[in-house]
Amino acid sequence: MALNLFPEKLDVNFMRWRFIAAAISLAVIVLTAIFIPLHGLNLGVDFRGGALIEAQTQGPANLTDIRSKLGALNIGDVGVQEFGAPDLVLIRAEGQDGEDGANIAGAKVQEELRKIAPGVDIRRVETVGGKVSGELIQAGVMALAFALLAMLVYVWFRFDSWHFGLGAMASLLHDVMVTIGFFIVTKIEFNLSTVAALLTIIGYSINDTVVIFDRFREDIRKYKKMPLTELFNLSINVTLPRTIVTSVTTLIAIGGMYAFGGDVIRSFTAAMIVGVIIGTYSTVFIATPLVLWAGYKRPSDRTEPDSAARASA
Amino acid sequence: MLHFAPWKLAVIFLTVLLGFVFAIPNVLPEAVRANLPAWAPKRPINLGLDLRGGSYLLLEVDVDALGKQRVKDLSEELTAALARSPRIGFSARAADDNSVSVQLRDPSDADEALKRARDLAQTIGGQVGGIGGRPDLSAAMDGDRLVLTLTPEALQLKARAALDQTMEIVRKRIDEFGTLEASVQRQGANRIVVQAPGASDPAQLAASLAKTAQMTFQLVDLTARAEDIQAGFAPPGSEIVPSDDGFTPFMAVKRRAIVTGENLIDAQPGFDQNNRAIVNFRFDQPGARAFGRTTIDNVGKPFAILLDGRVISAPTINEPITGGSGQISGNFTPESAAELAALLRAGALPAPLAVVESRTVGAELGADSIRAGWIAAIVSFVGILIFMLVFYGILGLMANVGLIINLVLLMGALSGMGAALTLPGIAGIILTMGMAVDANVLIFERLREELRAGRTPVVATNAAFERATLTIMDANITTLIAAAFLFQFGSGPVRGFAVTLGLGIFTSVFCGVWLGRWMLATWLRAARPKRLGLVKAAAGAA
Repeated sequence: MALNLFPEKLDVNFMRWRFIAAAISLAVIVLTAIFIPLHGLNLGVDFRGGALIEAQTQGPANLTDIRSKLGALNIGDVGVQEFGAPDLVLIRAEGQDGEDGANIAGAKVQEELRKIAPGVDIRRVETVGGKVSGELIQAGVMALAFALLAMLVYVWFRFDSWHFGLGAMASLLHDVMVTIGFFIVTKIEFNLSTVAALLTIIGYSINDTVVIFDRFREDIRKYKKMPLTELFNLSINVTLPRTIVTSVTTLIAIGGMYAFGGDVIRSFTAAMIVGVIIGTYSTVFIATPLVLWAGYKRPSDRTEPDSAARASA
Repeated sequence: MLHFAPWKLAVIFLTVLLGFVFAIPNVLPEAVRANLPAWAPKRPINLGLDLRGGSYLLLEVDVDALGKQRVKDLSEELTAALARSPRIGFSARAADDNSVSVQLRDPSDADEALKRARDLAQTIGGQVGGIGGRPDLSAAMDGDRLVLTLTPEALQLKARAALDQTMEIVRKRIDEFGTLEASVQRQGANRIVVQAPGASDPAQLAASLAKTAQMTFQLVDLTARAEDIQAGFAPPGSEIVPSDDGFTPFMAVKRRAIVTGENLIDAQPGFDQNNRAIVNFRFDQPGARAFGRTTIDNVGKPFAILLDGRVISAPTINEPITGGSGQISGNFTPESAAELAALLRAGALPAPLAVVESRTVGAELGADSIRAGWIAAIVSFVGILIFMLVFYGILGLMANVGLIINLVLLMGALSGMGAALTLPGIAGIILTMGMAVDANVLIFERLREELRAGRTPVVATNAAFERATLTIMDANITTLIAAAFLFQFGSGPVRGFAVTLGLGIFTSVFCGVWLGRWMLATWLRAARPKRLGLVKAAAGAA
């Protein structure tokens, strides 16, 4: 037998919270926007350039020794840290100028590591030159921007009103900014897979938004007299069980990955967890109120080919 | 409407069947796979470099260097051409990235100077024999300055040719180093992507690929005094070069090369009579002739063998070498001799090559990632199955069957397409499973509503599918858009994620809407339940 966790008639006045929610969200977005240049993200080699080496030593690694010997290599700043276990070391080297400076730094670190700790296993090496890291930043920003734009256009066309497109896009932008804010606060490394996570979050959040908008479109024909604010409240409430159940299954999936999927994709899964929660929130508190604030009006004087077709069927 | 059109049923069954047929090789042991009949798909999922271990290298050809080299050569050729008798006086020679200019002393020489300058042009483009070709430079007077400018077209053609040639050499070098299954692809105007699975020493591979490996044989200039060499002064026609021969840090050699690596037709590692590692080489006809002539004239004198501008060895010519073969004995280990021989066989790069991006995963980490991916997938998958079962009862069970088939279809599609599965790709599969139930959830919650409104299970089911399908489509198309941008944006692992996410959307919609509807309809027909477990009895009976 199935569970009936939700009361039959959900009637939460979500719209009442819309001003407070909007104020909080706006504050977070503004703070994020200020802190990106000021405080900065903990950028990975993908976006900062340089070399990243993960190595496993035989027995616990002597970090001090490694740090001092690699520091003497003249390859710019070198960071050495333990990576989850005493015998796992993560090394970051800034790299020298020139297109293959990062690659040379990576090779030098490996060579030196083999001398410092004989029998060391080099598990992972990533080197990204200055030009490429710039290109990757550009590609990431472009991909996000175009994805947002595509969503705007799709929702606009599907719902036949730019208000919906705007609401959807604003909530997506909100998700991206808040997730970036999370990365600033936690100092978790921001790299290529984080951008992949942001794009996925956009995909997930728009999913949520479209479900509520769809319901709204259906209900607006059913309840001809109901004020729009109430109507949005209704749409959010009737789809709420679905919203919560889907968030839970998605979080089960990502939670499993976060806990067991290993360190390589941790930054990805962390972003996803935050994004799914934020995405759900933004659908309710950002996307829908914005449609109203943008000045959406009931298309009552427009002919509705859809409803006419339904009436005749 | 519980009835399904036969063609729809056929499509559903065929799709599921195909999914299973393509997915099955993944669970069969190697031996069984090899014995499958010819028509059966045998390919298991292709693992990405981050799971099987290997290297991704992005190489950039420095095409600007080609223009600069041509300008440098042109500058000397121009000087020589103007110096020819009748001599044309000039001063203030200047050069930038793509042009050379000189100030003519006597403006009336302009015509003759232009004519000589134009003779320096190389023909580019056109067919064999130079038909339809164009000069690679334009010569013009700017006041009384003679300006030679390389045409943009020439620079472009040079760059393209250099990229082709570099790719060829990179391929040869990879073959020489015995890296199996490596792929070499062009990217954009001046880049090459190398993907080499399972390279045992990727740093070494990267270093070897990027070496120019330009070998020259040049006479040692014995007239240079030790203190001049120390100070970096070379006699006219000679240059000071660094030396790794173990005797002296610098050496003066004649600028003009006797022979270059282009004249080599073979190079093999070997050992000399003292059991030291050496490289044996052989020249082609012109190379052998040129080398023979020079050695005849210079018996008793040393010559230098240079690799990328550094002396590796400077032997003395004991007797004329006219046979066209010889040996290089530098400070080699057997490994470095083998490497040099391999580099010489593959040829020199036409332009400098830099490794601008590299991503390497060792086999250990790859294996760890596969293990972690498996555990994460099982935990997540089982978690979702349990949740759906508890939450939706028999309907949840149906959703779960759909989810399992979804996974099989996704595996089948990945195997059939030969797409590489990466660690983010596994994440994409897990995420797809989490989001796939959304279709079921939308339908079930809608069903709940319809039942509460007092409809019978059959009517409610139809209404729920009808209304939810549109929403499911809308929601999935938007996710597909996101996946498309991900694919466009990403390389390697991220692209693998986009692929699984995108494919997952198709399999999820199929399983959620079509397969799910068929299962529910079949169950309703067979069991004819009075009510579904979704709502309280009172509401269902109303």
